[in-house]
Amino acid sequence: MELIQQLINGISLGSIYALIALGYTMVYGIVKLINFAHGDVFMVGAFVGFYSITILDLTFFPALLLTMAVTALFGVIIERIAYKPLRNATRIAALITAIGVSLLIEYGFIYFRGAQPEAYPADVLPTEKISILGVSINSQSIFILLTSVVLMIILQFVVHKTKIGKAMRAVSFDAEAARLMGINVNNTISATFAIGSALAGAAGVIFGIYYSKIEPLMGIIPGLKAFVAAVLGGIGIIPGAMVGGLLLGVVESLVSAAGYSLWRDAVAFIVLILILIFLPSGLFGKNRREKV
Amino acid sequence: MANNTPLLKVDNAGIQFGGLKAVSGVNVELFPGELVGLIGPNGAGKTTFFNLLTGVYVPTEGSISLNGERLNKQPPFKITRKGISRTFQNIRLFSELSVIDNVKVAYHSLAKHSIPSSILRIPGHFKGEQEMHEQAVEFLKIFNLDRFMDEKAKNLPYGQQRRLEIARALAANPKLLLLDEPAAGMNPQETQELMKLIGFIREKFNLTVLLIEHDMPLVMGVCERIYVLDHGQLIAQGTPAEIRNNPKVIEAYLGEEVS
Amino acid sequence: MTILKRAKGFWLSITLSIILFAVIQFLINGAYLNGFYINTIFFMGINIILAVSLHLIIGITGQFSIGHAGFLAVGAYASAIMTMKMEQPFVVSIIVGGIVAAIAGLIIGIPSLRLKGDYLAIATLGFGEIVRITFLNIDYVGGASGMQVSHLTTWPWVFGCVLITILVIRNFTNSTHGRACISIREDETAADAMGINTTYYKVIAFVIGSFFAGIAGSLYAHNFYIIQPSNFGFLKSFDILIYVVLGGLGSMSGAVIAAILLTIISTFLQDYPETRMVIYSIILIVMMIYRPQGLMGTKEFTSFFKKKKDIGGGPGDGKQHTVA
Repeated sequence: MELIQQLINGISLGSIYALIALGYTMVYGIVKLINFAHGDVFMVGAFVGFYSITILDLTFFPALLLTMAVTALFGVIIERIAYKPLRNATRIAALITAIGVSLLIEYGFIYFRGAQPEAYPADVLPTEKISILGVSINSQSIFILLTSVVLMIILQFVVHKTKIGKAMRAVSFDAEAARLMGINVNNTISATFAIGSALAGAAGVIFGIYYSKIEPLMGIIPGLKAFVAAVLGGIGIIPGAMVGGLLLGVVESLVSAAGYSLWRDAVAFIVLILILIFLPSGLFGKNRREKV
Repeated sequence: MANNTPLLKVDNAGIQFGGLKAVSGVNVELFPGELVGLIGPNGAGKTTFFNLLTGVYVPTEGSISLNGERLNKQPPFKITRKGISRTFQNIRLFSELSVIDNVKVAYHSLAKHSIPSSILRIPGHFKGEQEMHEQAVEFLKIFNLDRFMDEKAKNLPYGQQRRLEIARALAANPKLLLLDEPAAGMNPQETQELMKLIGFIREKFNLTVLLIEHDMPLVMGVCERIYVLDHGQLIAQGTPAEIRNNPKVIEAYLGEEVS
Repeated sequence: MTILKRAKGFWLSITLSIILFAVIQFLINGAYLNGFYINTIFFMGINIILAVSLHLIIGITGQFSIGHAGFLAVGAYASAIMTMKMEQPFVVSIIVGGIVAAIAGLIIGIPSLRLKGDYLAIATLGFGEIVRITFLNIDYVGGASGMQVSHLTTWPWVFGCVLITILVIRNFTNSTHGRACISIREDETAADAMGINTTYYKVIAFVIGSFFAGIAGSLYAHNFYIIQPSNFGFLKSFDILIYVVLGGLGSMSGAVIAAILLTIISTFLQDYPETRMVIYSIILIVMMIYRPQGLMGTKEFTSFFKKKKDIGGGPGDGKQHTVA
């Protein structure tokens, strides 16, 4: 029973990773950039959610929607100011900029607001224990899981059925060809950042509700782990990020359950290194070679 | 000129990417001292074939041997040391290094001084570096590149960059030189000079040369034999005259000019 | 002629370094410098070693490693164990710190250097974190609360280690081995095609870089009274990365200058860590957008002097023989 409880914890955590990983994977797919600042968008989302619940007195869903809107805008601003000028720069320059943006958001936030943590109120979502087949499950977990699943379904719909989704897939396949076909590449990239950041913002709210404590540097570790999840599933592949996130969450919970909770943070990186070495294109990835 | 034991023997070699056969069942024999052309329409697999020969790709079928020694699964740097050296379709010089340093990199595998001797700056280091420098200067003179010696490679004019790339490939002391479209982007006068240069280096260095080229007059003018690749397979081989009249080749090039 | 010139430059640098060493030693002995300034100078030295060692990996060999603090940590802990648990003299602990870090570099380098670009970056970052978490979980070195270390780092040690680091990495770079590394940075495929064993040189550069990061770790550990895993997180790795990037990828003098400048800035801002990080990050972003080649590009400090000499008919012996 303990094991099932841990599995459920793992899936809840994994769905948070998955939501963040989606943004990483979409952005990487389209501009080949590891957006280090993505974890910080998640953090900003957690705070926006917190303030909309405590100050604006919103309930869960309006707070979630508001947060997603704010972080989407934030993502687009980051892209326009910092990444757009570097679109033709070297990979290293882009990566360093991303690191710089990440540090700027973290410490800029502390500079203006202070480093003190906040705690989400406990009554945002009902916290009844539901007993299914002898296993007691917190109704919060179910809410969180449902929210994540719905968001992912919406994302699948957007990517596959809408015009902007088609444009995103076209640009990630071949930006130059897409441009020649009359697709506005800049707007498509902005839309990708917006969608990815909105998902990260949602993950922030969910994280806050689930773990209660939020602070300005909270985005770093989940951000890195979500990147691991994206690599695990095959970077650039949307279903890969979902599966990778869930898998990573479950593995971490099992490691905790086995009594190695202090090693939990290392597990993600060990998984990352194993994947990079043995299966560099990830679980769902196609092998691509460099053209000589 | 050609004797009977082939320098390079490619036996039924090919490679698949996923399900796609990029090159398959290619048989090629090159004899010492030959100058052979490899032609074919765009996307026929010519550069892929070069990548097979140089170990960038590992063949999924068949075998490749140099002087009777199998090269399959050897990494590129070992194949270079065994005697196959190449240039690239889109010039790949070490652009931030000086012209002479580009050549010295090719000499590196012959260097006698070790890492500790360089770090400790013992006499062996100075002797090794000095020898390397003198050798490289002499070498650049052959190619008339010594006047650019201390320029960064990226600052050379285009034609000279091609020339330097060939020089660098030769500095690795190959038995077989692979040239991937050396005349690409050159004007007719530069192409003329290149043809002379290729003839000259073959005599001077006693080399076998395999040449990919789109410039038909160049190929027909300098090559003794020509292989034709289409859709990853050899469709013809023979002297320039035979190739020019081969109906399969004409069909493969339909719409393109085979002058 | 060239040997004479080489010797001249050599003796000049030796003289200058001895003067620098003596002046600072004099200031310390005579108590003209208070502890704050002495500490800043030690930090400068340690940061120079870190910057120059990472410069070899990123700037020369082009391998984008962002887990350098991991090797700093390995060196720090290994040397602290030597002095504190094994009761070895400081000199032994410095060497052991370097060697253990080099071994860690070897173990990490062989699998991860097969990766390129972003993937290598993220893998090295992951390794750095694994190292930190490992120390966090070893009770022998105190876990999260850290390990007590005696204060043994002195100016001669710092100066000596900086000098050796710079000399070794400079000598390595200015040789056929360094050229092999640069050729990998410039174009790995072409380097391979020229007969360079690229894996070997990537690993060598990584191991040498890790070795000196370990040396820096020994000095770092014995400059404090305590070391904790939290000193070696990836923010520390980013600090080192910033020196190399700001100085100009490929320029050792750039890395040294950046390490000195940023150590001064961060010392004055040490009571305002957020301000420091905000300034650092803005420098990084603005730099990448407007001057991605860094302060020095790939140039070295000495090249500013060489230019003048060249005009007067410098070492370009080949010029007289030009045929065409």
